[in-house]
Amino acid sequence: MKKIICFIKKEFQQFRRDPKMFAVVLVAPVIQLIFLGYAANLDVDKIKTVVFDQDRSYESRKLIEKFSSSGYFQVYDYAQSYDEVTDLIDNGKVILALVIPTDFEKMINKNETASVQALFDGSDGNTASIAAGYMQNIVSTYAKEIIVKRLNRLGMKNIPAGNLTTEIRVWYNPTLKTRNFMVPGIVGLLLSVITLILTSLAVVKEKEIGTMEQLIVTPLKPYQIIIGKLVPFILLGFIAVIIVLTAMRFIFNIPVKGEIVFLFVSSFFYILSTLGLGLFVSTISKTQQQAMMISIFVVLMPMVFLSGFAFPIENMPPIIQIISYVIPLRYFIIIIRGVVTKGLGFAELWQNAVVLLLFGVTILSLSSLRFQKKME
Amino acid sequence: MLRRLFSVIKKEFLQLKRDVRLLFVLFFFPVFLLAIFGYAVNFDVKHIKLVIYDQDKSNVSRDFIKSLTNTEYFDFAYYISSEREINKLLDNNDVQFVMIIPNDLSEKFYSDKEVKIQFIIDGVNSNTGTIIKNYVTAATATFSTKLQSEVLAKKGIDKFESMKVEPQFWFNQDLQTTKFLIPGLIAMILIVTAVVSVSLTLVREKEKGTIEQINVSSLSSFELLFGKVFPFIVIALTNAALILIASYFLFGVVVKGSLLLLLLTTFIFLAAATSLGVFISAISDSQQVAFSIATFVSLLPATILSGFIFPIDSMPIAVQVITNITPAKFYNVILRAIILRGVGVEAFWQQIIYLLLFMSFFGGLSILINKRKMNAV
Repeated sequence: MKKIICFIKKEFQQFRRDPKMFAVVLVAPVIQLIFLGYAANLDVDKIKTVVFDQDRSYESRKLIEKFSSSGYFQVYDYAQSYDEVTDLIDNGKVILALVIPTDFEKMINKNETASVQALFDGSDGNTASIAAGYMQNIVSTYAKEIIVKRLNRLGMKNIPAGNLTTEIRVWYNPTLKTRNFMVPGIVGLLLSVITLILTSLAVVKEKEIGTMEQLIVTPLKPYQIIIGKLVPFILLGFIAVIIVLTAMRFIFNIPVKGEIVFLFVSSFFYILSTLGLGLFVSTISKTQQQAMMISIFVVLMPMVFLSGFAFPIENMPPIIQIISYVIPLRYFIIIIRGVVTKGLGFAELWQNAVVLLLFGVTILSLSSLRFQKKME
Repeated sequence: MLRRLFSVIKKEFLQLKRDVRLLFVLFFFPVFLLAIFGYAVNFDVKHIKLVIYDQDKSNVSRDFIKSLTNTEYFDFAYYISSEREINKLLDNNDVQFVMIIPNDLSEKFYSDKEVKIQFIIDGVNSNTGTIIKNYVTAATATFSTKLQSEVLAKKGIDKFESMKVEPQFWFNQDLQTTKFLIPGLIAMILIVTAVVSVSLTLVREKEKGTIEQINVSSLSSFELLFGKVFPFIVIALTNAALILIASYFLFGVVVKGSLLLLLLTTFIFLAAATSLGVFISAISDSQQVAFSIATFVSLLPATILSGFIFPIDSMPIAVQVITNITPAKFYNVILRAIILRGVGVEAFWQQIIYLLLFMSFFGGLSILINKRKMNAV
């Protein structure tokens, strides 16, 4: 026991001597958080729109005004010709082109159906489909207004028929801000980066410099070396989590609604997996360069992309969904979002925590075995 | 000078050839990543599970449900029979939303009143939540209009639709998000390969002390840097070609524009990216530090700030300014223009100029730093 503590002390001293590294570990979380919090934004508003109004009538101006006052659309330009419209879309200057035909008002006054053309740059399918939803809403609301006005003129107060409307209640994240979705996930992301990459590097560095052999000839047993190498990173991981949770609360005003203790316990279970993976990477790489490449490309990126951190797992093809079940981060992200955003705790999320623990124990013991074998 | 340059390049290739594992990672994984991410990276919201609490169980409510399930957006899952179940369903992520039909739907509608259908949406994933909100609003409005016109027709009033709009989607008719995201994926994979591997190889020489051997040789710092970087540009270009071929076969992404232009712009982008890698190597002393800085300035901005996933237009102005630090942002614009829209250089000449400026700035800066360090030795 005393030997392990000495070894851990030595590891920390090594950290202290590398102040750049320390800064990277402590400052990077906050910067990442701020980046992701402010930049990771899928909220669709200010959709750049070009209007080609061939009618220039009262009704057409009214329709355009409905668009610009909706808060979702921003009139970028008024085009004078159809060519101008296609140019703007081709060059990616606008997302939507609203083309109003010359007979727009005439048709409305004749009680016929006036048609409007809406051309979208569909390259960004997500933005386009959300924008199209808003557009449909604006047009159908305005169309209804016209009809009601018409009926009023005929002496009817309202449409003489029932009407179905929606009452939408959004739970957990009522404002539907992307930020509230992305920021909590960063806890998982950071923990993975710090524990996995730095562990694998710290071990491989000893190999590369040749000090590993010195460690082997010391009276330290292999498992003691493993523990000594891993403990500092567990602590660093927890420090990063605390920093992120605090910054989240004060910068973005996202409090932890659920059981924070459960979150920490789950974090510990999750760290077991990432440390194990880091150790595994260190056993298969000879140089730090290899270790970094493998941890990033082979382990970390697939983990992040397939965990549901940014892209919903339900949208993926079945095979990929099955793969995502063996990704520990998947369960951790569910726990984080459950605790932080939904305000849940042990009662609802315990299964995920159990899975994490199982993964952690399995991965860490397998990697440790492999590491010991390599050392002998 | 050319001969010396040539020898450095040759030496670098030899060294690379010996590092089989690194080569494997450099070549195989970009394609592997594309395959996995191409399938995973996707915002298409379709076949959403529809769970209904139908308190009315009338013809109207059944017709409404049918109108929803007839689209590709909703798949009927099951009925629930109490409001208490909703909590658990949403807490456990079993469903994304629940529809509640009030028991007086039919009655109210036929006595010319307004009826509210309730939708409870899980908003944790804001994007999916927004899309579901839009779908159900549109679907309800459409169904309501249809039903109204039936009622009005019976009363002898010609229901008039005063306005209609048919959206047309250019370049990507079925609004697949994959097609949009793949160019961004290419940019991300390339910039990481370029920046990270270049900065690491250069720093490795420093760490091992072999840089001093090179310093005392007759190589100028330009020759040294260029010779070191060249093999990685070749690797990255090959990577780019592999990724394009893979995205054609796996995802049907066809390059609509000129391939030559694509090659040329990719080369410029890689030059800009490697100059960033060289710069990082100049300011860091250990591989660990170089790596941290390299991932930090390449991977993170290329994923988050490049417009790959998150539209730059929706960011706050200050962040929009910061997005200029990543060449991936400009390359993304170019890639999407060439691959998706098939337009020519007139759509992205500004981006090319920016990449060239970026390259000269960081390239020049690193040569300067290197010279100073060499003189100091």
